[in-house]
Amino acid sequence: MKLNTNSNAYIIIYSAILVVIVAFLLAFVYQALKPMQDANVALDVKKQILYSLNIRDLDGAEAEAKYAEVVKEEKDVNGLKVYACQVGDQQVIVVSLKGMGLWGGISGYLAVDKDDKVYGAYFNHESETAGLGAEIKDSQEWQEKFIGKKIFDENGNVILSVVKKVETPDSQVDCVTGATLTSNGVDAMIKDCLKKVKEEK
Amino acid sequence: MALFSKQNREVFTNPLNVDHPILGQVLGICSALAVTSQLKPAIVMGLAVTVITAFSNTIISIIRNTIPNRIRIVVQLVVVAALVTIVSQILKAFAYDVSVQLSVYVGLIITNCILMGRLEAFAMQNKPWPSFLDGVGNGLGYAMILVIVGAVRELLGRGSLLGFQIIPDACYDFGYVNNGMMTMPAMALILVGCVIWVHRAYFYKEK
Repeated sequence: MKLNTNSNAYIIIYSAILVVIVAFLLAFVYQALKPMQDANVALDVKKQILYSLNIRDLDGAEAEAKYAEVVKEEKDVNGLKVYACQVGDQQVIVVSLKGMGLWGGISGYLAVDKDDKVYGAYFNHESETAGLGAEIKDSQEWQEKFIGKKIFDENGNVILSVVKKVETPDSQVDCVTGATLTSNGVDAMIKDCLKKVKEEK
Repeated sequence: MALFSKQNREVFTNPLNVDHPILGQVLGICSALAVTSQLKPAIVMGLAVTVITAFSNTIISIIRNTIPNRIRIVVQLVVVAALVTIVSQILKAFAYDVSVQLSVYVGLIITNCILMGRLEAFAMQNKPWPSFLDGVGNGLGYAMILVIVGAVRELLGRGSLLGFQIIPDACYDFGYVNNGMMTMPAMALILVGCVIWVHRAYFYKEK
């Protein structure tokens, strides 16, 4: 008997079976790989925190060990994670940042030393333009511009900012050329998140 | 029919030369532009596409006689999408850095015209083994261009290959500067154009 592959009943049954098979397959793969993926994501977060402490170029196990050595305490402040760290003999607090870039979310970690100056910074993004907005993540040089900047003025307002034209070099960082909107996003993210953390402190 | 008969060998080698998916048929250009700013993601992308073309071609070819003609595109898409999702999950589990670099482009393999083109043009009419060879051939043809373009862009744009510095520091001391243009997608278009030009001028034979 030859099946009529163009009958409606055949088409419906065929597609139903196909979808069920594919769904089971995908669910299985997802479940099987999930632990490894979660481990990768967790490791990536730890690496980013280390980057913000100017500890770069570490591989998986090394980064894990260094993280355990450096980060002493982790707590939640107004929905933002704050990490108390000890680098050498210095007490440093790493604040996690979350904000909006031009095309999607941006995030980052800002390390603050005990004089309320920037110890180090690392930024990440979801979908900024490669070569322009993506420089906030790719350019180590740009991230290092933050080091040593003053964060608060005498009244406790956040003065650390990313601007087009630097007027007060002790608290302002030059924005990424060609990526003004992404840089504005970084600026807003820093102000917003640091204010939240400051209020709680 | 022998596994490596003349006909089968042609099925495998044609896409590497005369019927090359990028050079001959000019398919799959967009992803070729996006992922080739460095060599490593280009290689991973090439391998991923090769695996997916090979397996989707084989699967579609196996079930080609059962596929209802009216929904054949839907069936092809479901198979391709499932394979792409699996590959993307595997990358996330075993090569996290690369999967971050490739970001959306792994998912966009679904819409890579090479895949649908080969499924419609070849796998729907041919037996599984030749379809598998055709898939591998087309995937490798695509990977070849990605690797060439990726290598040139990384070498000239960053002075390194696979992340290792190639151009010695001495050159930088003499005032050599990395060409930032090379990291932009537009240069990939020009490089692909150059590769097509060389290919047409020296290797391509009119039928």
